[in-house]
Amino acid sequence: MNSVEEHNSNVTARFGMWIFLFTEIFLFGGLFIVYAVMRSKHDAEFHAAAAHLNVVVGAFNTIILLISSSTVAMSITAVQKQDKKMATRLLLVTILCAFLFLINKYFEWSLKFHHGIYPGSDVMLELNRGYVLFFSLYYFMTGLHALHIIIGLTILIIVYLKINNGQVNHKNYVLLENGALYWHLVDLIWIFLFPLLYLIT
Amino acid sequence: MSSEKTKINIPSYLDNHGKRKGLMAWITSTDHKRIAILYLCSISFFFILGVLLGELMRAELNRLGQQLISAQTYNAVFTVHGIIMIFLVVIPGLSAVFGNFFLPILIGAKDVAFPKLNLLSWYLYVLGACIAFYSLAAGGKPPDTGWSFYAPYSTQSGSNVISAVTAAFILGFSSILTGLNFIVTVHRMRAPGMTWFRMPLFPWAIYSTAWIQVLATPIIGITLLMLIAERLFSIGFFNPALGGDPILYQHLFWIYSHPAVYVMILPAMGVITEIIPTFCQRRIFGYKAIALSSLAIAFVGYFVWGHHMFTSGMSNTAQWFFSFLTFVVAVPSAIKVFNWVATMYKGSIDLKPPFLYSVAFIFLFMIGGLTGLILGSIATDMQVHDTAFVVAHFHYIIFGGMGFAFFAAIHYWYPKMFGHMYNFKVANIALGLIFIGFNLLYFPQFIIGIQGMPRRYFDYLPQFQWGHQLSTIGGILLGIGIFIMIFNLFKGRKGPIAPANPWNGNTLEWQISSPPPEENFEEVPEIKSSPYNYD
Amino acid sequence: MSNHEEHIVPYESHLKILVILLLMTVITITVTVIDFSAWTIALALIIASIKVFFVLTYFMHLKYEILIFRALTLLIFLVFAVVIVITFLDYVYR
Repeated sequence: MNSVEEHNSNVTARFGMWIFLFTEIFLFGGLFIVYAVMRSKHDAEFHAAAAHLNVVVGAFNTIILLISSSTVAMSITAVQKQDKKMATRLLLVTILCAFLFLINKYFEWSLKFHHGIYPGSDVMLELNRGYVLFFSLYYFMTGLHALHIIIGLTILIIVYLKINNGQVNHKNYVLLENGALYWHLVDLIWIFLFPLLYLIT
Repeated sequence: MSSEKTKINIPSYLDNHGKRKGLMAWITSTDHKRIAILYLCSISFFFILGVLLGELMRAELNRLGQQLISAQTYNAVFTVHGIIMIFLVVIPGLSAVFGNFFLPILIGAKDVAFPKLNLLSWYLYVLGACIAFYSLAAGGKPPDTGWSFYAPYSTQSGSNVISAVTAAFILGFSSILTGLNFIVTVHRMRAPGMTWFRMPLFPWAIYSTAWIQVLATPIIGITLLMLIAERLFSIGFFNPALGGDPILYQHLFWIYSHPAVYVMILPAMGVITEIIPTFCQRRIFGYKAIALSSLAIAFVGYFVWGHHMFTSGMSNTAQWFFSFLTFVVAVPSAIKVFNWVATMYKGSIDLKPPFLYSVAFIFLFMIGGLTGLILGSIATDMQVHDTAFVVAHFHYIIFGGMGFAFFAAIHYWYPKMFGHMYNFKVANIALGLIFIGFNLLYFPQFIIGIQGMPRRYFDYLPQFQWGHQLSTIGGILLGIGIFIMIFNLFKGRKGPIAPANPWNGNTLEWQISSPPPEENFEEVPEIKSSPYNYD
Repeated sequence: MSNHEEHIVPYESHLKILVILLLMTVITITVTVIDFSAWTIALALIIASIKVFFVLTYFMHLKYEILIFRALTLLIFLVFAVVIVITFLDYVYR
């Protein structure tokens, strides 16, 4: 392929990825609709329930994801500049951030489980409806989001390995670009989840 | 404009030229034409299965009281009939078969943008179908909730809801990937010189459809996940006891399922728009109006979902809003009908099977569309909601519309796809039987529906029996007609060899051999004018 | 047509955007702590939207992509917004 064809096929590949991101936005969008409706019906209880979430942990996760977005974006720069070492280092930081996020999430959830706050528990069944809804949404939304973190993490690891063995390089880095786009989406969703779940007290 | 290329020894897509042989060569091929045939086989299989379930329902409803199956089984039969017909036949239907086969050819490309993703779409379809089978059979508890899986029954029913809903989720994913592929293909793979407004109208229809597939399907995806969460983890978004709202389920469900009906009908309209100019040997009337009305239907159709919910307990404000937009969205569809008929005026009409199926389409689609206005108007909907009237309406639109368009498409493009021609006389006999049978089956349902016959009811009051018996006769004729049609097409594989352009069509598919070679075009075509120049 | 391939975003640019995003996160938390009652959630969501805009435009490179990408992204957010508004036509007026 000459460079014009190469460029065109890269744009095509990115176009496909963007459309896939649109579908993901609508997937989470359905949950945001449920949140909006339930919130409007049980405003006070949502406020009270959200107080049980730890803002510090949430903020920490937000910061981690923002940093990871910047590092994966910078890794593209590194590949373009043919700086393989920098690219792999930046990707490693991104992957690390992803793991940190998941570990945080694990502790957050464990603490809640320990207090008996999980879907279907006796404690939940005693709580009033707004509370139950809030926590149902909390688990569903952060759970689905965590699943996407895991998928994104897997993609990033694959890209890392391919940069290492030279398959992804300054001439051919579509996989890195698309992997980064997916990762940014995961960040975008959290940017909305954070205030809606943690900050509405 | 048609040129007969001397067929040297260019192998067609039907011949083997890879490392693999036989069945393996077909199910691992990323050639859009082979994938289209794979879909054709799968979809035909499920269509026949769906028809058999429909005939079973008709046999049960033919007389009062229990005839063949219990009430519980009847509930399962109409549920599975709906799931198969909607998710496995009508939604993939025209896009997956004819979109796959002809979109790249009509825009002068050698394949879709992402051929491997295309094959993955078919694999997901097969996976979804297998899981649907499992839900049908496992434990003798096929789902009994209706294909719409309304909460709260769907969250409590002892039948195989989770597997049925999982199947629908996976099938949705298949649909999303196909839509994604087609959007990028239309944007990025058109031949040089083919501007948007030189593109034929079937690609316009497929493109509009693809956007609905991509933007609406995720909503039902997440809704079905919420259903599963409610059944498995007591996460109760739709359960009032847990703070939820069952009407919210209906909103979310129809936010997808209404646009889904445009996924069904837009490609159908696209096919008719290709057939009519060819068999009238006239340029299509109002090219731009048809192209833009496809986009308009896709766009406005996104905001009318509440007309399925007029009796649910929604607010009055929402009711009149949805009713108003429902009338608005009827306009672009009507525009198309005017344009088709205007194209025929002073045309040199050739009454071949594809054209006859298209005329039948217009007739049946109009009945379906006009009865839709009765449903879209709140006051009248109060009377007919959840009656046999609705069942008749959507069968006229989906079966009379999309179904007949599918039949039209297969009769139109058959010589191109398979290189042989079928028997016209038998095709016309089949069409006659199908048409008469169809109307006899569904028209009485309008009448008994207005009179009060509910839908999804296993038994009924004696005053409705006449309608059901007429319908059953229609059902039998319809079944015979379908059988003859399929048999005729099957025999056509050994029929006379078809030329490249048997109908004297103008679009790109008729400029290549029948059947087409693997990469469609020997040289990249250069487009200099609009596709419908018959003068 | 912008030749995306040759356009290399310098490291500093990404770092600058990161700083802006972190600052906005701090502002969001401050706003909710101070509590403007009904306005709090609106403000928090507006700031979140601005953050999303920055991620889309700079990290995700939308600023330098062909026009159709930007147009479609805007369109889908609009469609989604309309869907939420219509849904609320039911809930608000029941």
